[in-house]
Amino acid sequence: MKDSMIRGADIVVRSIIAENADIIFGYPGGAIMPVYDALYDYHDQVRHVLTRHEQGAIHAAQGYARVSGKVGVCIATSGPGATNLITGLADAQIDSTPLVCITGQVAAHLLGTDAFQETDVVGISMPGTKWNIQVRRVEDIAPAIAKGFYIARSGRPGPVLIDITKNAQVDFGEWNYVPCMGFRSYKTHIPVDVSLIQQAAELINNAERPYLLFGQGVVLGKAETELKFFLDKSGIPAACTLLGSGAISQDHPNYVGKLGMHGNYAPNLLTNQCDVLIAVGMRFDDRVTGDLKRYAKQAKVIHLELDKAEVNKNVKAEVAVIGDCKESLAMLTEAIHQKKHDSWMGKFRDLEQEERAAVMQYDITPTKVGLTMGEVIHQINQYKADDAVLVTDVGQHQMIAWRYFNYKKSRTQVTSGGLGTMGFALPAALGAQLHDYSRQVICVVGDGGIQMTIQELGTIMQTKAPVKIVLLNNNFLGMVRQWQQMFFDRRYSFTELDNPDFVKIAEAYNIRAQKVTERTDLKEAIEDMLIHDGPFFLEVVVEKEDNVFPMIATGCSVEEVRLS
Amino acid sequence: MKRYTIFVITENFIGILNRITIIFTRRGINIDALTASESRIPGIHRVTIEVTVNEDTVIQLVNQIEKIIDVIKAFYHEDEGVVYQEIALYKIPVSKLDGGLEKIIRQHNAKIIAAEPDFVVLELTGHKEQTQELLEILKGYGLLEFARSGRVAVAKRMLTIESFIK
Repeated sequence: MKDSMIRGADIVVRSIIAENADIIFGYPGGAIMPVYDALYDYHDQVRHVLTRHEQGAIHAAQGYARVSGKVGVCIATSGPGATNLITGLADAQIDSTPLVCITGQVAAHLLGTDAFQETDVVGISMPGTKWNIQVRRVEDIAPAIAKGFYIARSGRPGPVLIDITKNAQVDFGEWNYVPCMGFRSYKTHIPVDVSLIQQAAELINNAERPYLLFGQGVVLGKAETELKFFLDKSGIPAACTLLGSGAISQDHPNYVGKLGMHGNYAPNLLTNQCDVLIAVGMRFDDRVTGDLKRYAKQAKVIHLELDKAEVNKNVKAEVAVIGDCKESLAMLTEAIHQKKHDSWMGKFRDLEQEERAAVMQYDITPTKVGLTMGEVIHQINQYKADDAVLVTDVGQHQMIAWRYFNYKKSRTQVTSGGLGTMGFALPAALGAQLHDYSRQVICVVGDGGIQMTIQELGTIMQTKAPVKIVLLNNNFLGMVRQWQQMFFDRRYSFTELDNPDFVKIAEAYNIRAQKVTERTDLKEAIEDMLIHDGPFFLEVVVEKEDNVFPMIATGCSVEEVRLS
Repeated sequence: MKRYTIFVITENFIGILNRITIIFTRRGINIDALTASESRIPGIHRVTIEVTVNEDTVIQLVNQIEKIIDVIKAFYHEDEGVVYQEIALYKIPVSKLDGGLEKIIRQHNAKIIAAEPDFVVLELTGHKEQTQELLEILKGYGLLEFARSGRVAVAKRMLTIESFIK
């Protein structure tokens, strides 16, 4: 045997290190034990974080990837370990988050025999991965991992799963790592068609009421500066999707708010009044468009998008510019005239005042006794750092936190957008925090969602990740309750929760905790939390039956956005 | 709704067919017929899928198929854009052979490709309408078994696989 021969398990770990991963989230088990044995030898080169559940591991890897722009890495064993990753894979797939997940698998000779902890993970994970593969021979490990990292991070990013049989992990193979630089069936760079840029520029130059929508594609394509330059020159009002938030600062003069079911009033309403609609790195999700038959029918649509399959999927584009928006935006900025759209912009500002009077004022400075979710976020804004990361779960608190959080920097928004995964926030916040201990990571979560992954308080305890957890507790599955109130005759079917003493739970994990029930204590509690050196758990008891508005009800048009 | 032929040029990667069919099943679209085989270039496979949908849908299907990492290229054609054939085999009991059947075989340009003590196997190559017509007739001859392939097709458009893999 040659000296350069090492175990497959060592190849796995060395390959991950070769891809510049500095942290792995994972959970050991039988079929992945050789890799865990190898990790023992490389702990000075790559950090492994033991979560309390594989779902926690993958959400943590997602949180890490979203704030860092790097590929998140997680490891699990075969069978139940691997199936526990599925929710995270589906979440990362729909939200375009780059991940490489490595699962152990039973030895190759046992495949298909229903061996202990054998599951067809490649089969199960196929619809929820950008790419997946089963590796059965030691010599195939390094090429698979190299290809996996390349696929995860290039083009439209996404999750990759690599299933490695136990025999491949224990066999010896040559260590010779060759990073993947591309292959023939996968084109990552699509050159922008200049003639389409000219057509788009002409539409924009002749438009009277142009309107720009931006999504996460701007963040993933690192096109934040290009977007800012485009807006500076064009004078066009711009609104963001849930995942696009932060791509430009909310202080930008062209920024007019947020789109979608619980977005802002003006951005939704005026979608049906613009004459040219420019969509950048967004996919016209149904939560953004409402009823497609009545969505922006009056407008000529320009769609800048990397993924060809997203073009004309939901909304037909007059001009579809396929390619990297970092390039296409820069080219478009060159081709357009410098302009201002003051009266059109004024419409947004007028409607913003309406929303302020009808909704925001009540949310932020309530007059009734009970605390609102909105005032909690408003107070957080007073003390947070500009680059503070907001991690949210799914439900009312998510929509309220998104509406009121003051986004100033890119990659400060981490939430489960497309899949709507309750239980996402706590582990994702952990992952976001472990990328950078010095950055403020604020995890806003509801009393329903936190109980889906509350075990990760254990990981926060063990890693001492200084996550600031803000539990907005209304003792309800609030969003479902809101729908029951509005659309199901207030029949509150199985949405009220008898909750545990959350502060005691946090304290049992050695996490400093506080409960706020009175408005007078809120400000100080948030200040204390944000200056505390270490993890902090703040429970705020809020109004039981508050609703999130504005709202575009299911099946309604964007112009039917309601303020109450 | 219209009948389309989708061509998929793909790497020979385990599970690729599964990834392709998932795109149809998640939308509740039935695949009318599917054939897969190695192309004239070793290592590159060609999948031919027949599907009845509207044009917007077939465009989305093709875009999503092409998005699969190991798929090199996917495109679609209407029936007029392809030259296609299907093969059908019919198993008939020997006891039913008579002069009438001989005439039918001649009229349809079918062939007897196997003769066993108990049965013969007829083969007919053509479009589905033709193989279906013969099927209906042979039902009156105690047809024992019938099998029909999916469509194999080549495009009329002058494009080569090489132009996609360079």
